[in-house]
Amino acid sequence: MRTILHSDCNGFYASVECLYNPDIRDKPVAVGGDAEKRHGIILAKNEIAKAYHIKTGEAIWQARQKCPHLVVVRPHFERYMRFSRLCRRIYSDYTDRIENFGLDEAWLDVSGNDADGESIAQEIRERVKAELGITVSIGVSFNKIFAKLGSDYKKPDAVTVISKENYRDIVWSLPVEDLLYVGRSTKKKLNRLGVNTIGELAAFPLPALRSNFGKWGDILHTFSNGYDASPVMYADESSAIKSIGNSTTAIRDLESDEDVKMIFMVLCDSVCRRLREQGAKAGLVAIYVRDKELLSFTRQHKLSSPTDITEEILDTAMELFRANYGWEKAIRSVGVSVGELLPAGSPVQLTLLCDEHRRERQERLDRSLDMLKHRFGSFCVRQATLMKDPALSAFSPKEEHVIHPVGYF
Amino acid sequence: MKQYISVTATFDADGNIVPLFINWDDGRRFPIDRVTDIRYAASLKAGGAGIRYTCRIQSHEKYLFLEENRWFIENEKAG
Repeated sequence: MRTILHSDCNGFYASVECLYNPDIRDKPVAVGGDAEKRHGIILAKNEIAKAYHIKTGEAIWQARQKCPHLVVVRPHFERYMRFSRLCRRIYSDYTDRIENFGLDEAWLDVSGNDADGESIAQEIRERVKAELGITVSIGVSFNKIFAKLGSDYKKPDAVTVISKENYRDIVWSLPVEDLLYVGRSTKKKLNRLGVNTIGELAAFPLPALRSNFGKWGDILHTFSNGYDASPVMYADESSAIKSIGNSTTAIRDLESDEDVKMIFMVLCDSVCRRLREQGAKAGLVAIYVRDKELLSFTRQHKLSSPTDITEEILDTAMELFRANYGWEKAIRSVGVSVGELLPAGSPVQLTLLCDEHRRERQERLDRSLDMLKHRFGSFCVRQATLMKDPALSAFSPKEEHVIHPVGYF
Repeated sequence: MKQYISVTATFDADGNIVPLFINWDDGRRFPIDRVTDIRYAASLKAGGAGIRYTCRIQSHEKYLFLEENRWFIENEKAG
């Protein structure tokens, strides 16, 4: 049987800020983005702010209504990166199988260690507190999914063991949306089927899950029953990049295809430059759209042949957008990402109908532009289209500090 | 209030950093008589985290922190 730990830094950004500012430690504190650039949302909050029901992702003005004396501090991403590294240093004293999930969470496979999972978890919890001055909550279990539930079960600064003996009592009574990857729409669908707890999901007949959710039915069945056998990646494996993406909240609402194209142009430029830096080509393009009511969706498209050409990726993103958005509402944020990455030197099947000469010229053009932007900055050469609204397009995701979230699969 | 300070230190042959003197802003220089403990630690008083050197300076015990590449000392008044 495996022993898996999931360690979660409690209110990570806010805890780090509180460590650095002793004066605000006993006050409700939230870390928030720049309201002037319309990034004015709550990114993290401390335990005191949590008591005022302040939620991650809500606007700073909404949070202030709930808690007028809320202290909002600006984020310091380089600090969070450092603390993430320092946590990892502690974890690496116990195992080399550490899989980060964002900056503030990680799975550790400590199977085969002399000490048992719970004592390792307690030691890590104590050490993080003493050495880093922040707290973690840790779940200990026999698979990654239950370990993650364990780290959410009791916090801050706590350890929860979910064993083969007690998982029915602990896990199965939890609401189904606590399970990893049960989001808003899956929850709704499950609730309609009469499934409200993880236990009810585990007992739900697999064929019926399959007919409702397709291949996700199998995953839901596996997760809820504790059958998940996915391994914790080795330290050096986790650095292999699976996808590259950038998203942004525009300085004003987007109201036409032309607006969206401008933002996509800037995003694709960053994504494709990062792609080419990695020496990779992408087989998949995905877009993310969030309207001003904050409803969001993603759509993806598989490319007929892998590419790193900015123009092709931009065209695919725009096609996806036009096919999937009817402009009922203005748009607040958009994103572009590429996946199914292949080394750029991989053999490629040429097609008869595609003009390969033109593609080669495009590739050479991209390389020349990359060199210019590398030497003189992202703003040295830009598409003339972007000049239609210089304020809207005046951002550079590649240089600005962006933390890219990762997926479980 | 956290204040970074100037420290004179040596690298020993194993690559360990050993602080020798604390150099105050006003030109005073305090020799570190002995380092009794070295460990990773957070400083809740000053606000920070790094490698903590427990130092004896003129028969007083002080915590000296190396945070990345800067030094700070825990100030009792702040606590």
